[in-house]
Amino acid sequence: MHMPPSDPTILARKPQIVARLQAVLPKGAVLHDPAETRAYECDALAAYRCPPLCAVLPGSTDEVAAVMRICFEEGVPVVPRGAGTSLAGGALPTEDSVILGVARLNEVLETDYDNRFIRVGAGRTNLAVTGAVEADGFFYAPDPSSQLACVIAGNIAMNSGGAHCLKYGVTTNNLMGVTMVMADGEVVEFGGPHLDAGGLDVLGLICGSEGQLGIVTEATLRILAKPEGARPVLIGFDNSEVAGACVSDIIQAGILPVAIEFMDRVCIRASEAHARSGYPDCEAMLIIEVEGSEVEITDQLERIIAIARRHNPIELRESESEEESARIWLGRKSAFGAMGQINDYMCLDGTIPVSELPYVLRRIGEMSVEFGLDVGNVFHAGDGNMHPLILYDANKPGDLEKCEAFGAEILKLCVEVGGCLTGEHGVGVEKRELMHTQFTDPDIEAQMRLKDVFDPGWLLNPAKVFPLEASRARRSG
Amino acid sequence: MRPETETELAELVAGAAGPLRIIGGGTRDIGRPVNGEVLSVAGLTGVELYEPGALTLVARAGTPLAEIEALLATENQRLAFEPMDHRSLLGSKGVPTIGAVVAANISGPRRIQVGAARDFALGVRFVDGRGQVLKNGGRVMKNVTGYDLVKLMAGSRGTLGVLSEVSLKVMAVLEAEVTLVKRGLGAAEGVGALSAALGSPFDVSGAAHLDTTAEGETRIRLEGLAGSVAYRTKALQDGICAGWENVEGEASANLWREVRDVLPFAGVNGEVWRISVKPTDGPELSAMIAQNGVEHQAIFDWGGGLVWLLVEGAPNAGAKVIRQQVDICGGHATLVRAPEALRGRLAVFQPEPASVAAITGQIRDKYDPKGILNSGLMGP
Ligand SMILES: Cc1cc2nc3c(=O)[nH]c(=O)nc-3n(C[C@H](O)[C@H](O)[C@H](O)COP(=O)(O)OP(=O)(O)OC[C@H]3O[C@@H](n4cnc5c(N)ncnc54)[C@H](O)[C@@H]3O)c2cc1C
Repeated sequence: MHMPPSDPTILARKPQIVARLQAVLPKGAVLHDPAETRAYECDALAAYRCPPLCAVLPGSTDEVAAVMRICFEEGVPVVPRGAGTSLAGGALPTEDSVILGVARLNEVLETDYDNRFIRVGAGRTNLAVTGAVEADGFFYAPDPSSQLACVIAGNIAMNSGGAHCLKYGVTTNNLMGVTMVMADGEVVEFGGPHLDAGGLDVLGLICGSEGQLGIVTEATLRILAKPEGARPVLIGFDNSEVAGACVSDIIQAGILPVAIEFMDRVCIRASEAHARSGYPDCEAMLIIEVEGSEVEITDQLERIIAIARRHNPIELRESESEEESARIWLGRKSAFGAMGQINDYMCLDGTIPVSELPYVLRRIGEMSVEFGLDVGNVFHAGDGNMHPLILYDANKPGDLEKCEAFGAEILKLCVEVGGCLTGEHGVGVEKRELMHTQFTDPDIEAQMRLKDVFDPGWLLNPAKVFPLEASRARRSG
Repeated sequence: MRPETETELAELVAGAAGPLRIIGGGTRDIGRPVNGEVLSVAGLTGVELYEPGALTLVARAGTPLAEIEALLATENQRLAFEPMDHRSLLGSKGVPTIGAVVAANISGPRRIQVGAARDFALGVRFVDGRGQVLKNGGRVMKNVTGYDLVKLMAGSRGTLGVLSEVSLKVMAVLEAEVTLVKRGLGAAEGVGALSAALGSPFDVSGAAHLDTTAEGETRIRLEGLAGSVAYRTKALQDGICAGWENVEGEASANLWREVRDVLPFAGVNGEVWRISVKPTDGPELSAMIAQNGVEHQAIFDWGGGLVWLLVEGAPNAGAKVIRQQVDICGGHATLVRAPEALRGRLAVFQPEPASVAAITGQIRDKYDPKGILNSGLMGP
């Protein structure tokens, strides 16, 4: 992975830039000492790190605007940052860039149950959004596994998903409006508590733009009434392909669970060592959750179980208590962390048509042997969003490169069978150079033209998303 | 011009000598009248892929909507966003196409529960104003690879590009449906009941109040597995909807077809506005518009947030008052039905604030530098 060389003229002006930023921000909101900025050197794609020029932590939209005006005048690149849990290097800085962290913008600004929305500072964590409305029987649907840490701004930038997106959609389907500070410091509102756009759906473009179009400081989010109940069922199989076929059959039967999660033996074992959810030790396991009233839950589970039985499961267990349900989910949500205990890993995010699951799982298994690296699979099976976790040893020379090559092969396979490079984690730096496997030059050019509109100087998170060669002229222009 | 392939379409746009007026089935003539040679997409037809087990359908843009709905029905599936048919309301003839459904982001009553056309659009192929074939998104449920041009194209009404192919998420037809109906509530009271139902855990899939009859009618729809619908019906009737009548099956479906297609305003004189606001603002907005001298009838869909107004005899379709009042509560208004002369004079779509207009204007320049694609259609 390469990053473009830093601009020495910016590095030389560091004291002056820092002083200007300090002049518009409260004490302690500008971190410029390398010891202080260490925490901002990388995100959750920790294989790559780089100290930024400095990091700023503004506390209001006005302060963000003031920072952006200065960076615009100084021609300094800005890398927006939420909680730094991106798995794609979206928040990775360069030496000549200012990290703009929005974590301090974390207030609830408005809750409106009659109209079912909440407006929050974009630095509020995902879980704290639900936390703000939960006591009143509401929730915010997108639930990335990282929801305890990740913030709404990061979710918007990556158009994040989660286990329950099968029913409720991803961030873009639950985002109603944003306040955004443009590259030159202008503050613009898009959308609001009403539905759909009156003209072009610019909000739809902003969501998923990976911090390249502006700094989101506030968000209006759709909230929903909590269902009466929810219950997961665990189904174990002695074969991954059969588990994949079971998923396809359930969907085809017209049943809509809120989540269908898949874990293979590698992940089951790792997670068990950690969370002790009582998972069966088997080749593949599905966690299928349904929601609603007791009648609805029973009815749906009966249908799901009937389909599952046709695939000869080796274990089939309906949760019998809230506590058991929580334990079942704990195992799933801590799977990434548990894999991290075994070794370093790279988490892929390719998405494929559900019908291709059996084939792709088999090919990944074969490639794992070819590359000599272990893979664990834990993912959102209902929508074909795979998460192969490739295990490697960062301290072993050549291992990371081998892992990257293996990852690239898997992602190419995903595109080949009609899928895409990334379903919810974003392109960042990680998949930047693979964009050509999915898009033609004109497709990529068409996307970059939109960045030209919002950020003509290409100062916002410039070295991300697009292949470096494709964006070179713009970045240096 | 009526290309039969995407390549032909691209060549026609690339070689266009002047402005083009892009139509699919021509049933939804909404917006500023557009001058230019007609470019019909109706020749680009055919379902290219339908995979019921993956809930996906890919079709060429000119494929008739009816053909797609019939195909989906064979697998007991449907377009869950319930696209409106504009023919009755606009008095238009022709065959609605799937491309236009996406291009104009056409949704129906179920939008409040499952999302809009834009939320079900998984991928698009289109030809931009340079005649370049482009694609974005794909055929999978989750896709964040690069910018989301699918959302931008959905609702751009042919002003950024001519759609040649769309891929959509489809869903199962649900087993049962019931509508709870109440007559005699005022708009504010009716919308209040809708808000309460939508804020309940009972998964409401339609919530409308029609002020088009003397006593008014409020409707709440529940869909799903039969047992669950029965349970939720009872739960609502035991609480928020005590004393409401219930209508089932085909009769229920008809009630929603009426709301979806705004049938009470079909074949009736007057201009029709479509307004999106915060749901509880709907009744107040209607009242303020009347108070300021613009008499009208109103239908509130989407829990109150989608307001259809039939205005008769007001100068300029009541535009001044309506725009003023929409500005006060926030949201957007589109003059969906009006004589061409009026649509030529008035802003049909919601005028954007200068800061947003600067962005959308530049986006249009980037995708249609010669200004030949439905030029001015969405203009101020
Ligand atoms: C253990 C683990 C589990 C995960 N599980 C999931 C999952 O289930 N689903 C999923 O989708 N993702 C998941 N992720 C990935 C990650 O959590 C998401 O991408 C998340 O949305 C990132 O949020 P963040 O606040 O950490 O953003 P950051 O990592 O700080 O930034 C992410 C991107 O957002 C941009 N950005 C940040 N703030 C702003 C702003 N104010 N304005 C504009 N752009 C901004 C950044 O520049 C960057 O490109 C997981 C990550 C981990 C480590």
